[in-house]
Amino acid sequence: MEHIVIIGNGVSGITTARHIRKNSDKRITVISGETDHFFSRTALMYVYMGHMKFEHTKPYEDWFWKKNRIDLVRGFVQKINPDNKTLELTGGDSIGYDKLVLAVGSKPNKFGWPGQDLDAVQGLYSYQDLESMEKYSPSTKRAVIVGGGLIGVEMAEMFLSRGIDVTFLVREDRFWGGVLPKQEGELISRHIKKHHVDLRFNTELQEILADENGRARAIITKEGEEIECQFVGLTAGVSPNIDFIKNGKIETNRGILVNEFLETNVPDIYALGDCAEFHQHPTGRRNLEQVWYTGRMMGETLAQTICDNKTPYRPGMWFNSAKFFDIEYQTYGWVYSELKSNENEFYWEHENGEICLHLVFDKTSNALLGINTFGIRMRHEVCEKWITTGKDMNHIMEHLKDANFDPEFYKQYENQIVNQYNQQNGTTLKAKKRDWKRIFVKN
Amino acid sequence: MKFIKNSGLLICIAGFAFFVGSIFIGDHNVTPEKFNDWVNSKGIKSEIFIKNAEQEIVGKTFSSIQLSSTIIELAEKSTQEHQDNIQLWQNSGGQDEKINEEWSKVIWTSWSSTHKDFTYPLLQATINSPVKENQWLAFFLTFGLAIIGGLLYIIPDFILLGPAGIKNNKLFQHSATNRGWGGIVTAVFFVVFYFLLYFFPDLIINPILTTNKISLSLSGNPASQWFMYGLIYCSVMTVFAVKMYIKYRHNLYQIIRTTVVLFFQVAFAFLIPELLVRFNQPWYDFKNAWPLNYTFFFDWNINSLLNSGHLGMFMLVWGIVLTVIVVPVMVYFLGKRWYCSWVCGCGGLAETLGDPYRHLSNKSLKAWKFERYIIHLVLLFAVVMTGATLYSYFSGATSILGIDTYSIQSWYGFWIGSIFAGVIGTGFYPILGNRAWCRFGCPLAAYLGLVQRFKSRFRITTNGGQCISCGNCSTYCEMGIDVRSYAQKGQNIVRSSCVGCGVCSAVCPRGVLKLENAPEDGRIIDNPILVGKDEIKLQV
Repeated sequence: MEHIVIIGNGVSGITTARHIRKNSDKRITVISGETDHFFSRTALMYVYMGHMKFEHTKPYEDWFWKKNRIDLVRGFVQKINPDNKTLELTGGDSIGYDKLVLAVGSKPNKFGWPGQDLDAVQGLYSYQDLESMEKYSPSTKRAVIVGGGLIGVEMAEMFLSRGIDVTFLVREDRFWGGVLPKQEGELISRHIKKHHVDLRFNTELQEILADENGRARAIITKEGEEIECQFVGLTAGVSPNIDFIKNGKIETNRGILVNEFLETNVPDIYALGDCAEFHQHPTGRRNLEQVWYTGRMMGETLAQTICDNKTPYRPGMWFNSAKFFDIEYQTYGWVYSELKSNENEFYWEHENGEICLHLVFDKTSNALLGINTFGIRMRHEVCEKWITTGKDMNHIMEHLKDANFDPEFYKQYENQIVNQYNQQNGTTLKAKKRDWKRIFVKN
Repeated sequence: MKFIKNSGLLICIAGFAFFVGSIFIGDHNVTPEKFNDWVNSKGIKSEIFIKNAEQEIVGKTFSSIQLSSTIIELAEKSTQEHQDNIQLWQNSGGQDEKINEEWSKVIWTSWSSTHKDFTYPLLQATINSPVKENQWLAFFLTFGLAIIGGLLYIIPDFILLGPAGIKNNKLFQHSATNRGWGGIVTAVFFVVFYFLLYFFPDLIINPILTTNKISLSLSGNPASQWFMYGLIYCSVMTVFAVKMYIKYRHNLYQIIRTTVVLFFQVAFAFLIPELLVRFNQPWYDFKNAWPLNYTFFFDWNINSLLNSGHLGMFMLVWGIVLTVIVVPVMVYFLGKRWYCSWVCGCGGLAETLGDPYRHLSNKSLKAWKFERYIIHLVLLFAVVMTGATLYSYFSGATSILGIDTYSIQSWYGFWIGSIFAGVIGTGFYPILGNRAWCRFGCPLAAYLGLVQRFKSRFRITTNGGQCISCGNCSTYCEMGIDVRSYAQKGQNIVRSSCVGCGVCSAVCPRGVLKLENAPEDGRIIDNPILVGKDEIKLQV
């Protein structure tokens, strides 16, 4: 029986394992150095804040693995020997494989800052990171978080839940400036400040200072300001966790290089998820996409290939979502931080400054290209249909109510939105009533 | 703000302390008149008991426990003698008349059912206590302080919790909400309360008296333990509804739902029935549907409704129409939630007082399997019990297939009505979560669930591929549904147990879940496909 070994029990590795099991009787082994069982790392913040216990982050009960004949091995792979198809684990054990799947994830970026390896200086990615945050929290009065992205805002929310003050250093002139357009960046920046975060724009980290025990005691910014703190969060993105693979036979760049079938340059070795980098993304998206659902989709795809149904990775339209303190964010299609030359935009913001809808469309055809929404939930299927079939703005405005996914009784803003669109464009469009038929009929 | 909150807690605790403390004050002085009134009203025929009681009880002063236990002791002693006599008559071969006469002298004092009806009237009539002398003051010191303190404890959260949003911080780190000592103390308090309420109301005459003035002004009758319970129920729900309003002030679904379920409790389960009594009509809760309302078809209820003219007849017909037509039709259009989390009293308490415990429900597959067995067994039990009741009602036979109908009713009343629904269902909120009764025991929920599962427009729609498997939805599902297991597959949630509280949708950080009443077509997705993927569609 063919032995499939998967390194990494995150969403990519586990999805691969589950779908191989659905489609075959192959022997499956999953190796993880992090935890015994798969958990959802997106929920680590909720464990810290007391919304959940660690057990709640596990999507499958512990008996699931044995029942589905997925062997779990706790250990770190030190070295891969593609020639005789074996893995060396720290501690001396060795495991043979017929096919190897690398789902080793990523690690927080460190950009060579002096002091970046001190105690109480860390990112938030792994279970061990959570444990370490727990360890340092009781003796932390102020934390400095470096890097204005999703993990940074999670970390800020976590510390505030324990009454720890937060200073948040952001390199750009607004929150998540590399991703969000100015309007949304400012909206979220206002909301973060409302939660009493000391948010500093255009500020970069110069150096982290140590106390006599080797723990962070302060940081110095590029402008030379010293900020006293007992914890430094490094949340300026993540990069593939592939140190043990580099300098071997497997070709790497920032990540492990793969083709559209998620195959590396070495036969019978595959890579996916956070650690995989496409030579050329099959659908023109970024070559390195470190989000939850792409790991899951890659896992479903790779399992097909491994089970002899060779399938190329074809993610559809880009989408994503997040929550910044109390404001939810969803995006469908592409809304870049700056408009491209062929793009035009429509932006509506509620007078409370916490709800907005940002539509980007083609200048000439008026076809919808992307949606950003804050504080309004939208229906994925409807948005996808609009974007992939290139519906124009008039159609979008008239059918806006179909896309609303907010809970029942929530105030709806479609009429306001369409009114503003009419005023700006001299049109006389009206938002039609929501229609179940339109919503549920496929295509 | 912190100061106000802490003072509120102290005031609230003081209210509870007065309430509990009142159990231990005052005494009972049994005068001959009160004793005779009681003997006559109870129709006590045992001359042995009466003689002994006149010696041991009349003219003496007791505490509640002493008086209650002395009565029971004497009753058991006399019953023993009567039963010995019956034995003697039977052994000597007959004299049915004599035997029947002896049987009529037997006093039934089982602690689980008959005890309280026997002793309660005498203890209630004979109490002397400061509470009895100052009923309005007592009301203020108990209910008043507890309510004011509770509100003072809760309202500062409007500021303390920060901007509106999901604030479940520290729920799993606090002993009261994570099965720590705080939770255990609360559970013990609830369980003791329910035991006293259901089985030993004669020991809590003073707490009942604290609500006497309110009862007199509503129904014109002195307060019973059930009136006190109703008032506690409404007060607790009101105070905790305020907590819900603050916690979910960004979520109009929760605010409207909380308001409606509170309205149905206060108006339909409390005020209207009490006012009906004032106008000499039967106590009737128009929203309480059989089989949750398991006594609906009991002979005393049917007779009382039949003897109450047009209104009584309307109540009888309405009760049947409610169960047979209104309930399933509404479930078809709106889901089980219209009843379980919008109207029902049990649900109302679970969604207010119980909200801080919702995350304690068991999400394991084992629990789900257990749930499906036990809740349908209870439904079956309710149907059999009611069937036997109606058979006896129409045929006049007191037993069916050799089993005494009254025993079946008592069994159901004790095990399901009292122990399961009350002691376990509510008493164990801090241990089992807030919906243990609704999930495992409620026969009406089982019935609604069957309709919801197989013929309804209601579902929780999963929004394409946005789920990140974080598990907030499953953690906060009070019914223990593993919502995530559906959401992460892109599958709609169609489960018989879902009461549509809407909290999974509220706590989802990615906008994945929406409660919806939509066309049945495509409601259940057997082979879900994650939206957003263009390659061959995978079967999951």
